[in-house]
Amino acid sequence: MIKIDLQLFATLSKYKPESNECLEISEETTVEKLILDLGIPLEIVKLIFVNGKRQKTDYRLKNNDRLGLFPPVGGG
Amino acid sequence: MDTFLFKERYDRNFNTLSKAEQKKLGNSKVIIIGLGGLGGSVCEMLARVGVGDLTLIDGDVFEPSNLNRQLLSQEHLMGFPKAQAANDRVKAINSEVKVNHMIEYLDESNLHDRIKDKDVIMDCLDSIDTRFMLQNSAQKASIPIVSGAIAGVAGQLTTIYPGDKGYELIYGKKGKSQSKGIEATTGNISYCALFVAALQSSECLKVLLNRGDILRNKLLIAELWNNTFDVIDMV
Repeated sequence: MIKIDLQLFATLSKYKPESNECLEISEETTVEKLILDLGIPLEIVKLIFVNGKRQKTDYRLKNNDRLGLFPPVGGG
Repeated sequence: MDTFLFKERYDRNFNTLSKAEQKKLGNSKVIIIGLGGLGGSVCEMLARVGVGDLTLIDGDVFEPSNLNRQLLSQEHLMGFPKAQAANDRVKAINSEVKVNHMIEYLDESNLHDRIKDKDVIMDCLDSIDTRFMLQNSAQKASIPIVSGAIAGVAGQLTTIYPGDKGYELIYGKKGKSQSKGIEATTGNISYCALFVAALQSSECLKVLLNRGDILRNKLLIAELWNNTFDVIDMV
């Protein structure tokens, strides 16, 4: 198992697991699998960033990664 | 207006800005597209700091649902064009600014003509489709875009130069993204609109003056419930 820091922004925050900010997941879990495991519809995640860099859904998470998921924002 | 009466107008800009930078701002042309929660505040800040030439574009009129956040909206201005209100506000603040306004929505037919001689485009739009259209025209005209977007108490900011992938990195491929983001359900809160407008104005000055850390190929994301402020490398 590995631990990651998960940040869910704006409307995605309702999918946050109750445990705490540090989430334990299996090694080599992809971002896509984690999104689905959390019950988040894939299409509402527009931006994935890990340790401050944009990544795609096939990124395999590593121990101590800081993962952020952000929905589409377009208002003005 | 006798500008001599206001010769101290920019005194408090110094020495955060140099005299040469102030002069450069005075010779800069910025177009603000969309005059709602973001654009209505951006035009105020750019006029006060001393950007010399502002073009203000919005085809919309004020309605009661604007009053919660749009700085230019007032109860007696319901039904009044936003572009006219922005023009009046800029003139009242700084008569040294050359200001033009157009009460119109931009489309493929008029966009190039409006942006062609500008130094920076301020994207304060509220539709993702229109943002892609603007990026397409801006890149053909080789003009940078400073783009802000808001939803609820979340906001984002980036600067797109000619040749950059820009919105594709944020929203996905053109045509595959929705026209509206989550703001369709979250609405927009006043202080978040003004907060992102302030960041956008700051970014505009950085681009005009080629100073500081410009958010090229980077996206600033802020979320006010949690006080988070992230800058993401997009490439």
